[in-house]
Amino acid sequence: MKKYPLEFKVNGKKYSVEVKPNMTLLRLLRSLGFTEVKSGCEKGDCGTCAVLMDGEPVNSCLTLALQAQGKEITTVKGLGTIEKLHPIQEAFVKYGAIQCGFCTPGMVITAKAFLDKNPNPTREEIREAISGNLCRCTGYQKIVDAIEAAAKKMREGR
Amino acid sequence: MEMIKEFKVIGKRLPSHDAVEKVTGQTKYADDFALPGMLYGKILRSKFPHAKIKRIDTSKAEKLDGVHCVLTHKDVPNNVIVTRFGQTRAVGGFEGIFRVLAEGKVRYYGEPVALVAAETEEIAERAIDLIEVEYEELKGVFDTVEAMDPKAPKVEDGKSNVIARFKIRKGDVAKGFEEADVIVENEYMSQFIDHAYLEPEAGVAWVEDDGSITIRVSTQVIEHYREIAHVLGIPESRVRVITPKIGGGFGGKEDITVEYYLALLAWKTGRPVKIVQTREESLSFRSKRHPYKFRYKTGVKKDGRIVAVEAELISDAGAYMTLSPWVLLYSTVNAVGPYNVPNVKVDTYTVLTNHPPSGAYRTFGAGQACVAYEQQMDEVAKKLGMDPAEFRKKNYLKKGDTMANGWQIPNTVALHETTDLVLKALGEKPKPSGPKKLVGMGIASGMCSYGRMIFLHDTSRSKVRLELDGSVTIECGVQDVGAGQEASLCQIVSEVLGVPLKKVRIISGDTAATPIAGTTTATRQLYMSGNATYKAAMKVRDNILTKASEILGVDKSELVIEDEKIKKKGEKEGISLRDVAVACAEEGIELFCEAQFNAPFGEVPDPETGQGRVFPDFTYGTTGAIVEIDTETGEVEVLKIASAFDVGTAINPMRVEGQIEGGASMGIGWALTEDVKFEKGIAKAQSFAEYIIATAVDVPDIKSIIVENHDGLGPFGARGVGEVVLAPVPPAVINAVADALGRRIKELPITGERILLTLRGES
Ligand code: FES
Ligand code: FES
Repeated sequence: MKKYPLEFKVNGKKYSVEVKPNMTLLRLLRSLGFTEVKSGCEKGDCGTCAVLMDGEPVNSCLTLALQAQGKEITTVKGLGTIEKLHPIQEAFVKYGAIQCGFCTPGMVITAKAFLDKNPNPTREEIREAISGNLCRCTGYQKIVDAIEAAAKKMREGR
Repeated sequence: MEMIKEFKVIGKRLPSHDAVEKVTGQTKYADDFALPGMLYGKILRSKFPHAKIKRIDTSKAEKLDGVHCVLTHKDVPNNVIVTRFGQTRAVGGFEGIFRVLAEGKVRYYGEPVALVAAETEEIAERAIDLIEVEYEELKGVFDTVEAMDPKAPKVEDGKSNVIARFKIRKGDVAKGFEEADVIVENEYMSQFIDHAYLEPEAGVAWVEDDGSITIRVSTQVIEHYREIAHVLGIPESRVRVITPKIGGGFGGKEDITVEYYLALLAWKTGRPVKIVQTREESLSFRSKRHPYKFRYKTGVKKDGRIVAVEAELISDAGAYMTLSPWVLLYSTVNAVGPYNVPNVKVDTYTVLTNHPPSGAYRTFGAGQACVAYEQQMDEVAKKLGMDPAEFRKKNYLKKGDTMANGWQIPNTVALHETTDLVLKALGEKPKPSGPKKLVGMGIASGMCSYGRMIFLHDTSRSKVRLELDGSVTIECGVQDVGAGQEASLCQIVSEVLGVPLKKVRIISGDTAATPIAGTTTATRQLYMSGNATYKAAMKVRDNILTKASEILGVDKSELVIEDEKIKKKGEKEGISLRDVAVACAEEGIELFCEAQFNAPFGEVPDPETGQGRVFPDFTYGTTGAIVEIDTETGEVEVLKIASAFDVGTAINPMRVEGQIEGGASMGIGWALTEDVKFEKGIAKAQSFAEYIIATAVDVPDIKSIIVENHDGLGPFGARGVGEVVLAPVPPAVINAVADALGRRIKELPITGERILLTLRGES
């Protein structure tokens, strides 16, 4: 299969690659070393592969790599670092929202996109917002707690 | 040994040591790891649930460019093995035949038939398609009762499909039923459920310079290296299994997943090999929770005392025995639940069918029993016209009572307390939110053991080392599935040695580098490895205190370690832990200890009566649920869940709540939506679009209630919680639905469709 050139940014860094047209963004990102983007189903059903594309959340398993042409991708590693966590990450840690952690990168990305749009959500709105991200471990409660607390902190920080 | 009574770290809501690593995406799970020159492995699976293999032709696949090897059963040194699951002791009658790759015939749809390793995943997939297998389809058997008929097709040729049976005989049931004022008989059914961990089964294997094999794989049992060595026909010392952080297990990564295939492909090609299963493979072909058929007959006096229970349980083992007899034994011991019943007769069977092998799943058979006995408790209460909670309270086990298997309970059973707390948290049953709605409330109590069956003679080892700068390293072969297996050990050591959590590091899950700590199953890690780690840390502490006492001239019994200082109780100043560590090192006093903890050892219970202790101890608790049903759509909304468990001592209440909340969510799915749905042996649910687990909008805020009576067998009096938190949830939800409908749907899951049919049948 013919390969096509693709230029895009991931977490602020520019990449020029050649990809087959059927390559998904998920597979490309993981092959470039962004293993924080998880592959839980490759069918758009679980949300573990969520990334931001120009600030909008997408399931990277349902996005073709070539759709990222000229776009800016953000993964969970682009939000914060071990030394300087993003307030959402900080809240996930503090409120015990992480068990096995496999859903966490996607969950944090979805939460980020959501709070950017709705900085003062109710718990019901938070639940609605993350309902495309499955978690088998936590029962979601501490994730909702964390997103609620992060929203408060981000509002105050403004 | 000295006891620590006032806690600085234990019981605190401290974030787990690995949370930051996980939330920043640093954690390298099994599939996040690669090696230069790595090949990709794929599995050819059977296209029939039951068929003779007449011919396998791999020649076309072998000729494909980029293919490094194609393997069938002929290439496996020991293809037919006896399954053993990380136990230290062989127990006759519990071990079944297992074939690494199908040989002669296939016994379930999706059974591995051949393996390929190739340069890329695409080439491996193409090679799989090029392998020709000629089958002759055989009549399959998919129903347990049919499979028990001697005339039914045999899954293992020439052998009965009934592969294990247990009995419990306590008292005299015939006499019990004669004394009874009311007798209630019912049948119930539970379904096939998938673990649905978010991380599919995955791993990488490679050959070391010395020719030995290393497998880095997502597993709850690194000790499978022994079976892997046996399959390859090489010494155990030449196989190493490492587990990275696991993306969820719940029992589904307890038996071997991809290890044999990885090891074989790496061993044959000499190259690193990766296998990652697709979600479809995981949902359709991997082990499931055993479905059960239950028959219960309960005799009670008018005042609500249970006088007799007779129960028959039949489980679907699938095509290979694997863990089925053990799961069945859990169901058997749990068959009457946490109730004091003088006369008991239990008969249980596990039966081979042409379904994928059923396996371990959170509660290991205790949960299925709870689904049945707690529905039955409600049915009996209804017949008696008694409040379900009052009826249960009349019969709860208490300290000193004997369970159905004759074990006398030596510690607290706090079920009265957990039930009262749950009822208080639930409050009044609310009014329906509209005219077409029905509201129901239900409770259920449950129990589950922690620690493995005592005839397995379970042990765990852990090593604690104080560094010269006062930081601490723990080496322990635990597998961390995300429930805090590592984090609890860190918290224990932090408490015992007075070192802040951030200075404690743990190295885990590596058969070549860490002491063998046994399986992460059976809610055993806090109990077993927690005790081993505590023991090791206490030895180091003792050495430190002895030296400090000499330096300070203060009697050891008066010394405490606090905030990295050793000081006389009540005093502010003392000597730093670091200085004492250095002083010890100079004199050759040991700053490390590797300790082993042994569970109580016992024998298999008497086969005719089932009498005999099976488990070290149990955890007990209660769940309550309020649901609302839309009578037009059949949809069930869970409005409230409250769960209370006596956890002995909560090492970290935040993590205990996390278990309770996760258990609740899983239990809602079990009761209402989850079903792999096999039709003639083929799974209908092949993706998360068809296999519906609870999402954030399906779960209400859960009220978690932690009761602590401090008399468990774990460190600091802790009891295990990881499994028991699930057990009473499904029956609580089911009982709430039955309360709302005014009648009971006895088959799971209680889907909208089943509810509508029931409502229509009524009108
Ligand atoms: S991997 Fe993309 S949604 Fe599941
Ligand atoms: S923490 Fe395990 S799936 Fe969410």
